[in-house]
Amino acid sequence: MIKIRNLYKSFAEKKVLQGVNLDIDSGQTTTIIGGSGSGKSVLFKHIIGLMQPDSGSILVEGEDITKMRESALYRMVDKFGMVFQSGALFDSLTVGENVAFGIKNRKHMEAAAIDALVERSLNQVGLSDIAHLLPAELSGGMKKRVAIARVIAKRPSIIMFDEPTTGLDPIMADMINELIIKVSSDPGITSIVITHDMVSAYKISDKIAVLFEGEIIEIGSPGEIRSTRNAVVRQFIEGKAEGPIKIR
Amino acid sequence: MPGSNIGRLFLRFARSMGEIFILAAKAILLIFKKPFHFALIKNHLYLDGIKSIPVIFLMAVFTGGVLALQSYFGLQRFGAEVFTGSLVGVSLTKELIPVLTGLMLAGRVSASYSAEIGTMVVTEQVDALFTFGVNPVKYLVSPRLVALVIMTPLLTLFGDFIGIMGGRLVAALVVHQNPNLFDSQLFVSLEIWDVLSGLIKSIFFGLTIAVVGSYFGLKTEGGAKGVGKATTTAVVVSSVIILISDFFWTKILPFSLR
Repeated sequence: MIKIRNLYKSFAEKKVLQGVNLDIDSGQTTTIIGGSGSGKSVLFKHIIGLMQPDSGSILVEGEDITKMRESALYRMVDKFGMVFQSGALFDSLTVGENVAFGIKNRKHMEAAAIDALVERSLNQVGLSDIAHLLPAELSGGMKKRVAIARVIAKRPSIIMFDEPTTGLDPIMADMINELIIKVSSDPGITSIVITHDMVSAYKISDKIAVLFEGEIIEIGSPGEIRSTRNAVVRQFIEGKAEGPIKIR
Repeated sequence: MPGSNIGRLFLRFARSMGEIFILAAKAILLIFKKPFHFALIKNHLYLDGIKSIPVIFLMAVFTGGVLALQSYFGLQRFGAEVFTGSLVGVSLTKELIPVLTGLMLAGRVSASYSAEIGTMVVTEQVDALFTFGVNPVKYLVSPRLVALVIMTPLLTLFGDFIGIMGGRLVAALVVHQNPNLFDSQLFVSLEIWDVLSGLIKSIFFGLTIAVVGSYFGLKTEGGAKGVGKATTTAVVVSSVIILISDFFWTKILPFSLR
């Protein structure tokens, strides 16, 4: 269970997070939706410890990661896996080396066992015979799948997906959605997704939280969000230009 | 107001210098912490050191040559052209080769560090390192620092030798000075401390290039434009630090003013 309490973050004059409160249940998929610039990515970076808040707390299994020393934070991060929007594959390493990266750096395993795990992880995302390729040789969809394989290989208990379907064609986006469902089906895995793709949000989520102007304004199951009466949420999920959300 | 702008600029400069110092201290401490990234160090020794040999060769041979030429005709005014070998040897090893090697590496290596790390920052690869429990300073900065602290003095020593050979060649072929005279004057004047003072300075220059290049890479913001800006700033700042610190090293090192 992750508990986010009264999280505030500003960059100079710009207030990005203005008192975020959110509970992320273990073994479930929680999706945070919100428009561009609503603070989704900043919230995400706080949850994994990449950013420090101005105030507030984030309790991961009872431990506040905002107050951790660097060494404790690196130990805590071992529980997390993050699939970045761009994939963030290390471009100087091959696909195989990328997938093996988390294993080699954190766990003591024989080379043959690492190779087998790399192959299995790539197979799980529907890829094979590409371990020798460099990230520059892959398509956008393949990069995302390799990024998911890299996280699966690490065997984390919390997986974070940053805009997993952005920039993909509808078929590839659905393939990624299916992959997220498959990965999250393990009851030991908690998934957190940020997206503004409502098709994806409805399909993969157990719970959806709506972030607007630095606050969570609504939380519910996909069905509850679909039938909400909140005008801001309605405008967002229906994708309308007219409404209470002002486009800047 | 111009006054407040100068104040802000000074504060920014002071903050950057402080952060560079802290980054250097962190990177040095992390060298001794497991896991040791020997493969990365080896890679940087090759890419940043061995592959810099051609450019250092060119710089040294022509610097030695032109110094021999200028020294010969300058000394000839006082009838002292026999000392060409002495002047070339001492000037090159104490001052010119260490500083020029530093500047060449600042251009070649500091730029590549800031561009590579900067690109990793804007494509979230540095954040990804953290999510895999890898300290970006240990993984990206420490191996570069080790490689340059080893390679800069070695390249300087190589440059010293090539520079002196270049000077000797020009003295023999262009002004027709007897090579034996050049050699005898060189060996009479050149002391081990002359070479050592240059090498000690070059260790610091190597450290500066690695840390400054990495620092501006890690501070990159805003995509391709940010990477370009980081690269330019890294080259300028590391070159300026090399030039200014050279003066202080010359004053501080007990044997450099002998």
